[in-house]
Amino acid sequence: MKLAIINGRVIDPSQNFDAIKNVLIEDGIIRDVTSSKKLDGQYKIIDAKGAIVAPGFIDCHTHLREPGFEYREDIESGSRSAAAGGFTTILCMANTNPVNDNASVTQMIVKRAKEVGLINIYPIGAVSKKLEGKELAEIGEMVSSGCVAISDDGMPVMNGNLMRHAFEYAKSFGVPVITHAEDLTLSCGGAMNEGKTSVALGLKGIPAAAEESMIQRDILLAKLTGHHLHVAHVSTKRGIEMIRQAKKEKISVTCEVTPHHLTLTDVTCSHYNANAKVNPPLRTEADCQALIQALLDGTADCIATDHAPHSQDEKQVGFGAANCGLIGMETALAVCLKLVHEKKITLKRLIESLTIGPAKIFGLKAGSLKKGSPADLTIFDPNKAVTITAETFHSKSRNTPWEGIKLKGKVLFTVCNGKVAYES
Amino acid sequence: MNLSTKHILSIRDLTLKDIELILETATNLQEISKRAVKKVPALRGKTVLLCFFEDSTRTRASFDLAAKRLSADTLTFTSSGSALSKGESLLDTVKNLEAMNPDLLVVRHKLSGIPHLLAKNINCPVINAGDGTHEHPTQALLDLMTIVQTKKKVKGLNIAIIGDILNSRVARSNILLLTKMEAKVTVAGPATMIPADIAQYDVKISYDIRKIIPEADVIMTLRIQREREAECLFPSLREYARFFGLNKETMQSAKKDVVIMHPGPVNRGVEIAPEIADGPHSVILDQVTNGVAVRMALLYLLCGGKEGVE
Repeated sequence: MKLAIINGRVIDPSQNFDAIKNVLIEDGIIRDVTSSKKLDGQYKIIDAKGAIVAPGFIDCHTHLREPGFEYREDIESGSRSAAAGGFTTILCMANTNPVNDNASVTQMIVKRAKEVGLINIYPIGAVSKKLEGKELAEIGEMVSSGCVAISDDGMPVMNGNLMRHAFEYAKSFGVPVITHAEDLTLSCGGAMNEGKTSVALGLKGIPAAAEESMIQRDILLAKLTGHHLHVAHVSTKRGIEMIRQAKKEKISVTCEVTPHHLTLTDVTCSHYNANAKVNPPLRTEADCQALIQALLDGTADCIATDHAPHSQDEKQVGFGAANCGLIGMETALAVCLKLVHEKKITLKRLIESLTIGPAKIFGLKAGSLKKGSPADLTIFDPNKAVTITAETFHSKSRNTPWEGIKLKGKVLFTVCNGKVAYES
Repeated sequence: MNLSTKHILSIRDLTLKDIELILETATNLQEISKRAVKKVPALRGKTVLLCFFEDSTRTRASFDLAAKRLSADTLTFTSSGSALSKGESLLDTVKNLEAMNPDLLVVRHKLSGIPHLLAKNINCPVINAGDGTHEHPTQALLDLMTIVQTKKKVKGLNIAIIGDILNSRVARSNILLLTKMEAKVTVAGPATMIPADIAQYDVKISYDIRKIIPEADVIMTLRIQREREAECLFPSLREYARFFGLNKETMQSAKKDVVIMHPGPVNRGVEIAPEIADGPHSVILDQVTNGVAVRMALLYLLCGGKEGVE
């Protein structure tokens, strides 16, 4: 099976590459990226004239809800949602039911992902059994079964000693520890960012300090143990500043920022819009600006969506009682391209933070169009006008804060392992 | 004359004209409650649903009486003993109730924003009878009516609101309403109960009630919710009473014509000493009386009552 993607503007930050080229694919592998018009043999042709051809996007933070919560999402609908958003590789968090805290659950996820066969899915194992923060999960066996990182995402590990041992133990198996930084004794049942809007709505606020104090703890543990820390969904200015400082001190730390924390503020929660209820919460304009700056200067290593499907019934119960989380894979590109159109970040940097950026953190064989790489590509039109319409999503859920918003940027084709996984 | 809004979810929904109309209507309707036969046919044939998903005595009784004095039929609905306790979702419950064609829904709930959620999902007008730590607009309106009755004005008055500003829906509605009416509002209490961002409203902040009492024309003290002790907002009721309670000692420096208000229920000896609550400056029971009038006015205006008031 041979595929040629011709006439596109190929941007591959892993090779510092930006030119009109043809990409030749054979047997699921990139054979060549060439200016030559001559195609040797029988190719299926995709004409990408006027479009951008990039390495397939990677989302290192998603929730696929299978096993256990298939009414929200499953591995198949999650795969389709990812492909429609231009993602060819995604990592899925452990908070399923049963929790992915042992090899049998990991194996089940890997098997289901292969059966669906649309995109590459790598599970993230739990740090602690049942995400209870008491005993370490069977990290070694999960890693042998395919987990590429460990995290108790959503259920922060409050016990500092357990977290320390998680770093040390994960070090033996070479997988990074991802922290969802939140001091539960400070966030204490809060529903949104603590500030003017929370006061106006009469909702319990979550101070930035709840996140920042835990980022600092985990940076100190990374230093203490000499093992890699990846900070999930950084949302505050000071949080980013602490990571910038840690990097200066050569502590092994990386972090991700989300499209929602980059572009939305807590004002989005006005009128009790539960689709804007997310953890960590949407913060302030100053925080957004700091995150954008961090993306520009490399303090933020990648963009991840924290795609978190919830049913309408779990959102339409009053803001305070609604589940936290929003879905983001099908909107990430258009939302982030807004920053490019507003000249706040470059297109190259955006693509980098969706491709080689996350690939490096988790040691994934992805995110590059180098010869011999897996043929994962995303072809998109950065200028095509779109209106976000949740009804058209491939995800099973509809909890987006961007409903009805007009943006620019559309995925035209997603190619994974040389096969078309999505075509608009 | 009609209100500019279909629902009363927040004081923000009301224009100055609306507020004027509500107070005027309430004043006119108040006389009905003093008659031997306390009933007029204004809302005959209308059905008012009283959904009290959180406990309430005075507000629920007040709405119920208000509706009955205008001849509306009322159906009171609480979460215990209903399908909600069988696990039916709130929206399903309310949509089922709506299918029985009520003309108005009064809702109280422990979560902020539930009246907004219901207003979005059903067709009839919704009145917020207190939602979580957000607002209690009808309480603020009856408080305003009481202030205007006693002081003959509200503009320019120094009004002190003392207590748990952070968690009080009464405080939030009153701050919005009284500043809209150009009163000078000061909020006071321990800093654990006064969010810094309350400064976004045009209010002064004080942590020492002794400093603000001498200036105050009206003092509104809020109920201390005992469960906040567990949240470490204050160390003990005794200490709270000593530093932030209204009593003979703290009230010594008050103006001679000061008016004392409390939304109830009162924790006697905590936020207010019995001799102050029952003293000559207290208008606490007038607030309750005015509550019925204000709620009659709102039901009348929102249910489209046109006739039969005389």
